[in-house]
Amino acid sequence: MTPLLSIEHVSKAYDATQALDDVSIEIQPNEFFALLGPSGCGKTTLLRSIAGFEDPDSGAISILGDDGTSTSLLSLPPNKRPVNLMFQSYALFPHMNVRKNIAYGLEREGLSRSEVDARVAEVLETVSLVDKAKARPAQLSGGQRQRVALARAIVKRPRLLLLDEPLSALDRKVRVEMQLELKRLQHEVGITFVVVTHDQEEAMSMADRIAVMHDGRVQQIADPVTLYSRPANVFVADFIGSGTLLPGEVSGDTFSALERRLPCNNASGVHGPAVLMLRPESVRVTPDDSDACLRGSVIETHFYGGSSITAIRVDGVEQPVVARSAGAPRYSMGEEVGLLWDAAEAVVLAVGGSSETPP
Amino acid sequence: MSKVGWLRLPLAVTYAFLYIPIVVLVIMSFNASKTPFVWTGFSTKWYGELLNNELIREGFINTMIVAVSATILATALGTMLAIGIARYFRSAIVEAYSLAPAIIPDLALAIGLLALFSLIGVSLSLVSVLLSHVVFGMAFVAAVVIARLGQTDSSLEEASRDLGASAVSTFFRITLPSIAPAIIAGALLVFTLSLDEFVVAYFTDGPTTPTLPIVIYSMVRFGVTPEINALAALLLLVSFTIVLSAQRITRLTDSV
Repeated sequence: MTPLLSIEHVSKAYDATQALDDVSIEIQPNEFFALLGPSGCGKTTLLRSIAGFEDPDSGAISILGDDGTSTSLLSLPPNKRPVNLMFQSYALFPHMNVRKNIAYGLEREGLSRSEVDARVAEVLETVSLVDKAKARPAQLSGGQRQRVALARAIVKRPRLLLLDEPLSALDRKVRVEMQLELKRLQHEVGITFVVVTHDQEEAMSMADRIAVMHDGRVQQIADPVTLYSRPANVFVADFIGSGTLLPGEVSGDTFSALERRLPCNNASGVHGPAVLMLRPESVRVTPDDSDACLRGSVIETHFYGGSSITAIRVDGVEQPVVARSAGAPRYSMGEEVGLLWDAAEAVVLAVGGSSETPP
Repeated sequence: MSKVGWLRLPLAVTYAFLYIPIVVLVIMSFNASKTPFVWTGFSTKWYGELLNNELIREGFINTMIVAVSATILATALGTMLAIGIARYFRSAIVEAYSLAPAIIPDLALAIGLLALFSLIGVSLSLVSVLLSHVVFGMAFVAAVVIARLGQTDSSLEEASRDLGASAVSTFFRITLPSIAPAIIAGALLVFTLSLDEFVVAYFTDGPTTPTLPIVIYSMVRFGVTPEINALAALLLLVSFTIVLSAQRITRLTDSV
């Protein structure tokens, strides 16, 4: 499939910091795509480069038109790009009511009054704000403001909608609601969404695919399940979800730590120092340690209602191994236990430098 | 509230201190007596005399010419200066120097302007007063507008561009409305400052076109007449009206 948006080898530096370092991403039509990373990773710079508020030092960004030809975005000013940005602060015009805020972009296109009215009415319906058309932004709640900002952007029917931390200004409760709402709206209007977020749960729950960024570089591009179960490198493994990273070494096709060979999935692609990533739900705790992969003593247990977390200290390993199991904790503090996992669920990652995405 | 009830007394005394001179002035402007500080009865005749006084009428016209033109020029230039500083040259030093003419002593500014005008051969007239008033007026407008721009979210302008508006359209539809209250407040400030400005005008005005404060000064040198009281009362009325309407306008535009 021809990508809707192609970002090719884009770099941008501010003084000493490399905000974007040779970033290449392809975004497909109708995709819900997330740019995920800690603050300062370059995700917002990339978003603003697509919108036209930052000028990359090198590289190309192009978008596929309705007629199937691709247009370079970088030569166009922000007001001529077929993309719209929903700002983190929402940036609603305080001196205009909701209706005028939404109509603003359509009026700039020079559409007839009746068409503007019809499209504004339609989008107000979509975001369920018909009764707030005459209200000023200051009179709205956080969630309503977010919906106005969204309506103002989607009413332009952009090829691509960029959303900068769309949920960060909302309360936790409203945030979960709006995650579902955004996903529903994206389906309904059929616009490609690119969301910037630092919240991995938000990205995982909404996006079809995620690009994890760090220090201006793309670390991995994959769907949420792959990111979680098959991270491409130590950064992604650490950033996404929780788990234990066991330091060790690979020689040939075996991973060993603490002078033991440990079961793992993909050691053949890696050489030398490495870590073994174990997700909590992959680790089984057993009282019988005859066939255990590792042994240790229980140092902490937490009960979360439906499931519980057990932390086990293994001699010679700094980080405790964490295991999640259904129901109440079955082991008490200080108890000696064995740890088991399936080779298929343990991922070996090279230390210092990123290995290829495992198949 | 009841705990601080006794504070009403110092409050009343402070207000009395502030306003008794003004009240005395207004009362004395209706005094029938020719000696200004002895009350002999109520009369509005000094207001009538005021209108017939050729010197005062001329001074008033000169002052209005200067104040209106200075307000227009200083508001336009000061707003442009503020936008330039706030949006393109964010620097504490540039900002501080742009506001200096509003803060430096009038006397220093007046002497400096006089020296400059004679150096470059500008003859002293209402034009030189106008230019001088624009100098400090601009600084006042810039100060007020910069403060307002600091409070407005610059992503509003980006959002406007993003929604398809050109840079010019964005300025008129988004930037200008959001700083309008500050521009109006700045303009009214310049107008009231220019209206009764004496020191700078005294130094930079030509001999044949005195502004109202200069006319008053030369009249007062021969003793305060009830006419001056009437004039001062009228000036007071104008200033009060402007200040109150400025407050009303800024409140109106802020609440929307």
